[in-house]
Order: sequence, then C-alpha cells, then structure tokens
Amino acid sequence: MVVRTMRRGWTLLRTEVLVLPSRIVVLVFAVGLLVLPLFTTDPYLLRILIMASIFATFAASWDFLAGYSGQVNFGHALFFGTAAYSSALINVNLGISPLLSIPIGALLAGVVGVLVGVLCLRLRGPYLSLTTLVLPIIVVSVFFAIPDITGGELGIRRVETITRDRVANYYIAVCMMLVLCFFLWKLGNSRFGLILHAIREDQVAVRAAGLNTSRYKIMAFGISAVVAGLVGGFYGHFVRSVGPAVLAVQLSFEAVIFGIVGGIVSIVGPVAAVFILYPLTELLADFPAFQEFRLLAFALIVLLVLLFMPRGFVPWVRDRIEQVCPSCKNRNTRGRKRCRVCQTDLSD
Amino acid sequence: MLQDIFFTGLINSGIYALLALGFSLIFGVARIVNISHTAFYMVAAYMVYVLGHMLGLPFWLAILVAVLAVTALGVLAYKLVIEPIREHDTAVLIGTIALAAIFQELMIIFFGGHYLSIPALVSGYTEVAGVRITNQRLLTLAIVGVTLIGIWLLLTRSRLGLAIRVTAGDREVANLMGMNVGGIAMWTMGISVGLAAIAGVMVAPLFVVDPLMWLDPLIIVLAIVVLGGLGSLKGSVIGALIIGYVETMTVFLVPAGSFLKAAVALSIMVLVLAIRPEGLFGVAFEEER
Repeated sequence: MVVRTMRRGWTLLRTEVLVLPSRIVVLVFAVGLLVLPLFTTDPYLLRILIMASIFATFAASWDFLAGYSGQVNFGHALFFGTAAYSSALINVNLGISPLLSIPIGALLAGVVGVLVGVLCLRLRGPYLSLTTLVLPIIVVSVFFAIPDITGGELGIRRVETITRDRVANYYIAVCMMLVLCFFLWKLGNSRFGLILHAIREDQVAVRAAGLNTSRYKIMAFGISAVVAGLVGGFYGHFVRSVGPAVLAVQLSFEAVIFGIVGGIVSIVGPVAAVFILYPLTELLADFPAFQEFRLLAFALIVLLVLLFMPRGFVPWVRDRIEQVCPSCKNRNTRGRKRCRVCQTDLSD
Repeated sequence: MLQDIFFTGLINSGIYALLALGFSLIFGVARIVNISHTAFYMVAAYMVYVLGHMLGLPFWLAILVAVLAVTALGVLAYKLVIEPIREHDTAVLIGTIALAAIFQELMIIFFGGHYLSIPALVSGYTEVAGVRITNQRLLTLAIVGVTLIGIWLLLTRSRLGLAIRVTAGDREVANLMGMNVGGIAMWTMGISVGLAAIAGVMVAPLFVVDPLMWLDPLIIVLAIVVLGGLGSLKGSVIGALIIGYVETMTVFLVPAGSFLKAAVALSIMVLVLAIRPEGLFGVAFEEER
C-alpha cells in the first residue's frame, strides 16, 4: 500500500514535475523553504520570509481574480484588511483563539468579496478597477470616525499570536502559502479556471455558450477574498497589531505591482516577484545609506522590469527556457525534438 | 454658513475640475490611466516653493516657470516611460504608479517628509455676499475659471482641439484618416499635465505642500472621472462640481465631517455607478447588455 502510493507519487513527480525546468524550480523553491529552518533560525531572516509568504499569497489571490477572471481589482486590501480587523476584533474583545478567529475573519472577507463581486458585475475595465480602489478608502474613513471600536489611527493593539515561536510561525506561514497557492494554481488550470479565462477573453461568447458568467465572476471574487482574508488574519496575529495600513491604497497597489511585475495569469509570477523584490528591499534597507532610497529603488526596479519585460518576469523567463507545443498547447523544455505529450515534431 | 459652503465648494470643485479634465483628456485620447497625474500636481507645487520661496523669484514668474517645466517633465515621462509600454494596459498602470512613487521619494529626499507652507501671493481679503474671502482664494478662482474657458476654447475652436476630440472619439478611424495619433497623444499629455501643474501651483499657497499630497486628490479625481464617465469632458466638470460640493457640505454640516468627507464623496460615486455603470456621461459599452 505504502509502496504503491510512493511509486505513484514518484511517477507523478517524474512525468509532471521533472519534465519542465520551471516546475523543477518551483519544487526546489518549496523544498528549500521547508528545510531552511534546519540550517538557520535567524529570527530576522525568518521574519522576512514570513512576511514574504503573506504578501506572496496575497498577491497570488489578486492574480487569481485579476489575471484569470480579468476583473482587475485595485482595492484588494479590502479583503486583507476586513479579515485582519475582524479577526483581531473577535480575538481581543471576545477572547476567541486565533485558530478560530482567522477562519471567521476569512469567511467575513469572503462575504465582503461576494458583495463586491455583485456590485462589480455591471462594471467593466477601468470602471471596475477604480470603483474597487475606492472601497477600502471608504471603510478606512468610517473606521477613523468610530475610534471607540476600531482604535482609529492607532488601530487594535495586543492581538494574540498563534504561537510565540518564530520557527512555528514560519512553518504556518510557509505551509499556508504553499497550500493556498497550489490550490489557486490547480483551480486556475481546472474547468473552473478555463471558464474564467474564457470570460476574460469574451464574456458574450461564454454567455452564449450557456454558462452563467455572473456566477463564475462572483465566485472568483469570493475565492480570492477568502484566500486574501486567511493571510490577512494571520498577518494581524503575527504582527500583533492591526492598523489602517492593512486597508491602505499602498497595500492594494502592492498586490497589483507584485502581480504585474511577476506576470499575471500564472500564480507563480506574483509569488516569484514577492520573494525576489521583498527580501531585496528589506536587505537594502539594512544599509543606512539605502534606508531612504528604499521605495525609490523599488519603483525604479519595477519600471525597469516593465520596460524590458512588459508581460512580467515569469513569462519572460519561461519563454526562454520552455516552448508551447503548437498542436496540444502543452509546455515543453526548449530544445526538445518531440512534444512530451503528443509527440508532435518541435524541431522547427 | 451657506455662502461659506458656496465659495469653498466652488474653489474645491474648480481645482478638482482642472485635475479631472486633464486625467480624462489623456484617458480619452490614448486610453492611458495615468496614476502619476496628481504627482505632477505635487511636483508643480514644490517647484513654486523652490523658485518662489527659496530662490526668491517673483511669484508670477515662479508660477509660469513651474507650469512650463512640469509640462515638459510630463511629456518627457510620456516619451521615456509610458510610450514604450503603451500596448500593455496593466503595465501602463503600474508604470505610472512607479513614476508617482519615484516623484514622491525624490521630494522626500530633497525636501524631507514634513509640511512646507508657501505664503499667499496676494494679501488681504474681500467681502463678498457677507463673507470674507481672502484675495488668494479669489485669485485661484479667477485663474481656474480662465483656464477652464481657455481649455474649452482650445478644444472647440482650434485644429489641435478638433484633432484631440476626434482621436478621443475613435482612435482607429482617426488613424485611418491619416492623423498622427501618437503625436496627438503627446500633445494631449502635455495639455493634461499642464492642467495638473496649474492646479498644483494654485493650491500650493492655499494648502500645505508635502510629499504625500498627491494621494488624496488622486483618489478624488479618479472618483470624479469615473462618476462623470471616463473620457467625457462635460462629465469631468460636472463630476468635479458634485464631488467638490458634497465634500464641502460634509465638512461643514456633518459632525466628524473631515474624517468622513472622502467616504461620503466616494460612496456617492459607488452609488451612481451601481445605477449607471458607465458613469453620468460616459459611453455605454455596446457589446454588453
């Protein structure tokens, strides 16, 4: 039994992962993150990687909504912030353990996501982006007006942590990211994801094919919001305080920036962008000379990446090491003579 | 009270109208959502501070130089950053966000993050309809009015204006008729940034100047153009009036209004969009619904 499962796992690994350089990179990255604490438990490094995991999942959930279904949400912080605030409020006021309050917060974020999805059904393109951009700002200014409940500008303090242990927190964050991103990636390649692709390209055609496009668009909003909410709630309990920054325009823009710099409609793209850019800017900030140039350096890097790779980093790299089979659309390592799936001649 | 609301609302709306018109123009002509639009407004305000306050130029000269320099900066930014990535809508969005962040950081590095204030260009006040209005605000009102009339004449009476309106109406047909669409986009970018610069130099003496001053107006301007209908110039002006007055009324009439002014203004925009998804004067997408 065990042997058979292992054998099946090995076959899966050999035929689905080891055949493509990009998937090997992802595997090495995931395993590397998981074994890292065996070599170093430097709290500063772990903190950077925990934050990177949080933002990576956040950006990936944005990609699922904006990239796959084409609803370019500019207020993704709304979901992150809703979950962070509600989870922290439940935890501080009712004394409910973070393990329960985070899922409750994420569910609330999901409800908000569905509501926003319904509101945005009739909006298109830039109208949708700009309306969603505005929503978290409305929430923040209402929060400022009722400081008794939300703590106003200071936010909520003394939020409980799941665990004080840095390594345990690290594993929670990393596992959460790996599981959630794998889930989003799988979902993106499923029938559901295919329908989202089709809606992005031609909504009328999908409707003509007899599919309820509204339902799929709302579901995309809901799923994306729940995922963003899970990491949002975790963020609040990890940092131990939740302030207006979790609903800020800057946070929403960060999701968009990481998504587009990494390459949308890939899930891997935003994750790669976060894990490259976030530690880089953090490490740069260590040099006192760079402290004040941090955001400037970040913006310049983003601009340069866009000028040379307008479709994003991951698609650019992938196009150089892999090719798409013209007949069956499966990916192959560049330089292969025949397609690994349908044996079509790739030599030209 | 009523007169206060009237005049304050008029000035706010005027400034917003200048910003929203420029934003709407470049969106209409080139389909560029220029997030860095209000960053140019901030740079113009800083230039007035440097030229007028630090270097001691006469203020009318400082204002003129600031507007021209920022316009040139806008065209330069268009050529260097926006044009190479114009084919990719999302890349343009991020590119302009990055541009705005760069301007913000440069201002922080050069001037620090604190507030700077610029003395009024003209002193004293005038009594109008029973309320005292500083002459600075009257001057702002006059310049905003003149600029709006000027841009209206430019768009309706000149060949360039005709070209801009035609390109905004249908870029492909304009291109097929042999018009230089790229060139027109560049001109429009210049006009658009110029309008933002005029708004910037006018608010500099009214409010304080700081590196984050572009963020709040940006949100309001986005709300205005979406409310009025993207690319519609009439919509931008009417949207600016609506949002400007709603904001002012919230501040004057509602308790804790200064916290809520953005929330009320933005909620109105969301409400309008829920009923009319293409904004008040926008063009409906004919392929849907």
